[in-house]
Amino acid sequence: MDMHAPKKKLGLKEKYQVMTRGLDWEPSYQKKEDIYPYATYEGIKIHDWDKWEDPFRLTMDAYWKYQAEKERKLYAIIDAYAQSNGHLNVTDARYLNTVKLFLTGVSPLEYMAHRGFAHVGRQFPGAGPRVACLMQSLDEIRHAQTQIHALSNYNKHYNGLHEFRHMHDRVWYLSVPKSFFDDAITAGPFEFMIAIGFSFEYVLTNLLFVPFVSGAAYNGDMGTMTFGFSAQSDEARHMTLGLEVIKFILEQDPDNLPIVQRWIDKWTWRGYRVLTLVAMMMDYMLPKRTMSWKEAWEVYFEENGGALFKDLARYGIKIPKCAETIALEKDHLSHQAWGTFYNYGAAAAFHTWVPEKDEMDWLAAKYPDSFDKYYRPRLEYWREQAAQGKRFYNKTLPMLCQTCQIPMLFTEPGDPTKICYREVDYKGGKYHFCSDHCKEIFEHEPEKYVQSWLPVHQIYQGNCFPEGTDPTAEGFDPLAAVLQYYHLEFGRDNLDFEGSEDQKNFETWRGQATKNV
Amino acid sequence: MAVAAITQYEFAPLDSVEKFHGNQLLYIGWEDHLLFCAPFALPFPPAMRFGDIVTGVLPGCFGYHPDFARIDWAKAEWFKSGKPWQPDFGKSLAENGLGHKDVIRFRTPGLNGIAGSSS
Ligand SMILES: [Fe+2]
Ligand SMILES: [Fe+2]
Repeated sequence: MDMHAPKKKLGLKEKYQVMTRGLDWEPSYQKKEDIYPYATYEGIKIHDWDKWEDPFRLTMDAYWKYQAEKERKLYAIIDAYAQSNGHLNVTDARYLNTVKLFLTGVSPLEYMAHRGFAHVGRQFPGAGPRVACLMQSLDEIRHAQTQIHALSNYNKHYNGLHEFRHMHDRVWYLSVPKSFFDDAITAGPFEFMIAIGFSFEYVLTNLLFVPFVSGAAYNGDMGTMTFGFSAQSDEARHMTLGLEVIKFILEQDPDNLPIVQRWIDKWTWRGYRVLTLVAMMMDYMLPKRTMSWKEAWEVYFEENGGALFKDLARYGIKIPKCAETIALEKDHLSHQAWGTFYNYGAAAAFHTWVPEKDEMDWLAAKYPDSFDKYYRPRLEYWREQAAQGKRFYNKTLPMLCQTCQIPMLFTEPGDPTKICYREVDYKGGKYHFCSDHCKEIFEHEPEKYVQSWLPVHQIYQGNCFPEGTDPTAEGFDPLAAVLQYYHLEFGRDNLDFEGSEDQKNFETWRGQATKNV
Repeated sequence: MAVAAITQYEFAPLDSVEKFHGNQLLYIGWEDHLLFCAPFALPFPPAMRFGDIVTGVLPGCFGYHPDFARIDWAKAEWFKSGKPWQPDFGKSLAENGLGHKDVIRFRTPGLNGIAGSSS
């Protein structure tokens, strides 16, 4: 009888070794610097890529198997939600405006993250980080796809979701998240990793996804909640990668510290400015609130982030200095942001409103030092005026910050009654900023930010009208032309929530679902 | 400092004055009236009279505010790039020394916004 020795199976560790680093090779007829042309120009010094510790031992075959299983479950729930008209279970049709903001502002960033990690995963000379970046790149394209699929259900019923990708590249407030990510992917591979892998994924991600996902859960949006949970195990991996990268870079050479510190300072601020949209979403747009922006900042940045930076202190890393400014803004950020969207509600692809009385009381309780004093009078005035048929729509375009591209709505640190103005002269031109931090970012790389595509300036240059428009024609209406260029339908996608088609449809459909009409 | 780049990195600024069809940009803010969430950006020909902006343009921008009708322009305080500055209403933007992308603000003493809240 023949004795067959059973085929030896590889252990997990060996399998990982064979299927990741084992696939790498030493080039013989090409120079390494030609294969990895972006590896050194940022000034980061890496002496030994083999010192990279793989934070998770995942191989591609396991990755596909695991993710496919998650996806099957996710789509089963999304289908059930759609088929049972789950959208009628949300707390209030105002909630849907957070979904619009997410789809137009955040989902396209997932796609850009996919591209960014694919690029970095090609450019790092080390096999270990290349594999980790490849997997994150795949995660990100899945996030973009699952979000678009989950939210497409709402597009069948509600306005403002029909052209999210087109809008992302054009609409004034979407230039804020768009330019943030464009800034990151046009940086070198190391800066991208600190910008997105560390500052965004590690330091700030809880302030982006937790509010949206728990907001969805609190407000009966099972579709959004489910993709949020489905992405959670990926996020844990992304955070680990972000942390591993920063430790690796800092351990490789002491010269790397000042470069990395500057990137952390820059990207914490850039990311925080994008979170302005989240702050107002939490405090103003969720019919059922989860926690205030201020509370979220205190828990996720001041406490959790504080512990992280304490941990990084042994590498010489300090907490970004913008944290002091942010602490001074936390009582004001969401109110100033929502006021801006209320001003420009005719040019937004979602609806705006003045909070109800009980909502104002909630805001006053969460913001005892600022709401009643500075923001309630403004909101109550707008409410009174609207009741008299004089709803305020600001029709003059605002001045924007050259770096973050947000209208200059932020006030002086410590004085909420004065707009914060900063400016720089550079090569005969003037540039304006919302803050010291945006100004410093510009001053470090002015060649980059003189190219900012500022929506307001682009409109005045005549670049934001549909093709063939003649702005000199009699009766030319610039706002109407800009909205056409945005693919935003006036009277349907924009203006006040009160009286909107969304409001009426939701009421009718919910009535049909719950009453005998 | 300069951008770290693999090769020469030089691009024309996107907002130079010749792109604005004969206009230049002027930014205008009204202090203590944050009902208007941010200062305004406006395109004007450099030959435009400053006074024509105040009487012809600002009402469209700020007129919604109940304080606007109460402004005594003779008492308004002006600032250019944050420093005290005196415009001549009868002269043009250029003659007033206002160039492309200059920022001016005005303060209207005694008018402090809705219920004195700087709104
Ligand atoms: Fe993601
Ligand atoms: Fe800024």
